[in-house]
Amino acid sequence: MQKFPAYYTIWHKLGVYALKYTAWLVLFFLIVPIVVIIPLSFNAEPYFTFTRGMVTLDPAAYSTRWYDAVVTNPNWMLAIKNSFIIGFFATIVATVLGTLAAVGLSSQYMPYKRVIMALMLSPMIVPSIIVAAGMFFFFTKFGLAGSFVGLVIAHAALGVPFVIITVTATLSGFDRSLYHAGLSMGASPLKTFFDVVMPLIRPGVISGAMFAFVTSFDEVVVVLFLAGPGQRTIPRQMFSGLREQINPTILAVATLLILVSVAFLITLEFLRRRSERLRGLEDHG
Amino acid sequence: MSTDGALDFLRFANIQKSYDQKTMVVKDFSLDVAKGEFLTLLGPSGSGKTTVLMMMAGFESVTHGEILLDGHPITRTAPYKRNIGMVFQNYALFPHMSIAENLAYPLKVRKLAKADIAQKVEKFLQLIELEDFAGRMPAQLSGGQRQRVALARALIFSPSLVLMDEPLGALDKKLREQMQLEIMRLHKKLGFTVIYVTHDQTEALTMSDRIAVFNDGVVQQCAAPEVLYEQPANAFVADFIGENNFVPGKIVGLDEGMVRIEIAGGEEIIAMHSDCDVIGTKCRVSIRPEKMFILPSEHTFANKITVKFLARLYVGDYIRYFFELPDKTEVVVKVLNDHEAPKFGEGDEAHLISRRKDCFAFAVT
Ligand SMILES: Nc1ncnc2c1ncn2[C@@H]1O[C@H](COP(=O)(O)OP(=O)(O)OP(=O)(O)O)[C@@H](O)[C@H]1O
Ligand SMILES: [Mg+2]
Repeated sequence: MQKFPAYYTIWHKLGVYALKYTAWLVLFFLIVPIVVIIPLSFNAEPYFTFTRGMVTLDPAAYSTRWYDAVVTNPNWMLAIKNSFIIGFFATIVATVLGTLAAVGLSSQYMPYKRVIMALMLSPMIVPSIIVAAGMFFFFTKFGLAGSFVGLVIAHAALGVPFVIITVTATLSGFDRSLYHAGLSMGASPLKTFFDVVMPLIRPGVISGAMFAFVTSFDEVVVVLFLAGPGQRTIPRQMFSGLREQINPTILAVATLLILVSVAFLITLEFLRRRSERLRGLEDHG
Repeated sequence: MSTDGALDFLRFANIQKSYDQKTMVVKDFSLDVAKGEFLTLLGPSGSGKTTVLMMMAGFESVTHGEILLDGHPITRTAPYKRNIGMVFQNYALFPHMSIAENLAYPLKVRKLAKADIAQKVEKFLQLIELEDFAGRMPAQLSGGQRQRVALARALIFSPSLVLMDEPLGALDKKLREQMQLEIMRLHKKLGFTVIYVTHDQTEALTMSDRIAVFNDGVVQQCAAPEVLYEQPANAFVADFIGENNFVPGKIVGLDEGMVRIEIAGGEEIIAMHSDCDVIGTKCRVSIRPEKMFILPSEHTFANKITVKFLARLYVGDYIRYFFELPDKTEVVVKVLNDHEAPKFGEGDEAHLISRRKDCFAFAVT
């Protein structure tokens, strides 16, 4: 039983309980569709539902056959490889460009800040189907459609806004006099940037990179437009898998993706905390 | 003064600065600073002190004019090539580097040998008495300790010129006084030239060889603290530095290089003057509260004024007396608290006297 302040009426108490259970309910609906995928991916039968055997925890009802199917299917393996390659390069491009843009946009001498910022953030705001269609027509002109370079550029453009936002946020708390201090001690602007500015905005850069990677990793619309058969990514493969052969292979891939995402998040959170500590923001007592 | 070199080691030649191409923040700043001098820029908030310092450091462009350091124009030199040390109000220590790393940074940039760096860092840590803090991060130091590190970091690469923008502004009163002594000690010991910015006049008066009083984008007066206090060049300086009474009057005569001024009630004051000497013009006479004396009885001294007693304020080490002239101008007199401090009833007549060279007539603008 929860302890309430003495002045609470019955309505206060009901309100508190209502809020509490609504919150749990929302969380439940957010998490369950993700969590439920994991046991289902070990289904011995080609169904998306729990079989009687699974519910009674009969070992025979579980198997790793869908995982075998993924590993032995060259299409899936290619898709996984493509996703990582495109995600990796798109993240690097987006992080470098986004960080530079954020630094430039935070300068007091930068004219037309708002307009430029709005333009650079637009890929995030404009519906992705429009971005994808635009890129398709534009990239075709340069022979970039159906190529890895084209996909990397496209995904980098989608990732840049996230990097700009996270880096701008860390820069807004950045003390300009630190930069001036570096210069006054004889370090060139570039050296000051790498020695002083970069270590301090690193948490923002890492978060931005993370968002950029995830954006590329689960992007499907642009891939549908731009990718040739050789550049199928995981989401694209799942998309066609859903239409063509409905079996729990998709669930196995999804489980792998969940594991990758969680590992990824933990690693980056670890990196972020570490650089946050280096920033000297944590109290050492 | 510890000046031992050129008198124009640092020269500002008609510096002007405008941020928006319309209003001049700095209108005509000209000043020579001697080598080894401790010069303070003193002025009210918004007078452009930081702007001048930023132009010197190279973080702001100079709209017009030239800054010369050791005879070389530096106006078009990149900030990191100027070799000028800087102490910031908020310390600006690199939070991700330890104290020792902070101190080593300017030396590393200059590519000194590791052993030399370690030795120099050690020496400066001793100098600021923080030897045991080498491995700490800035966040683990107190405000005063941080500012000492910032000071050492600005000095460790032996710049000939060090700029300080209100370096003690964030500290409490006691710590400020400690740090003032610390800065003066280091200045004496290492002999660098300092341009110090503050709006605390006590700080300026106690620390500086010379003070440049800055207002409205112009240097109002640049002189040693005593001169500034005892012979203000204009009404702004007289009013800004310390406390002053301003008695309105009219010039009625010239007298051995001084002016004779008739004030309300018909009495006359003979005063020094700089910007007014035309008979018949209106002026204000400034007299400091501690440079006026209460006469025990009526005499016919020169520079005597007759006033009416208003009130007395007991401060402790001294007593403030408030009087008024026939035209209701208030006159404050500071009297040392000894047994002779006179007593008055409200409305009593009193007689005040002051030396001629302590009275300054300024034009009314
Ligand atoms: N970057 C800037 N852009 C436009 N105007 C500025 C800028 N920096 C300062 N100013 C203006 O220039 C004037 C002088 O500012 P400055 O900071 O030099 O004053 P200050 O003497 O240092 O004052 P304080 O004692 O408050 O620090 C002010 O009116 C201020 O508004
Ligand atoms: Mg200032």
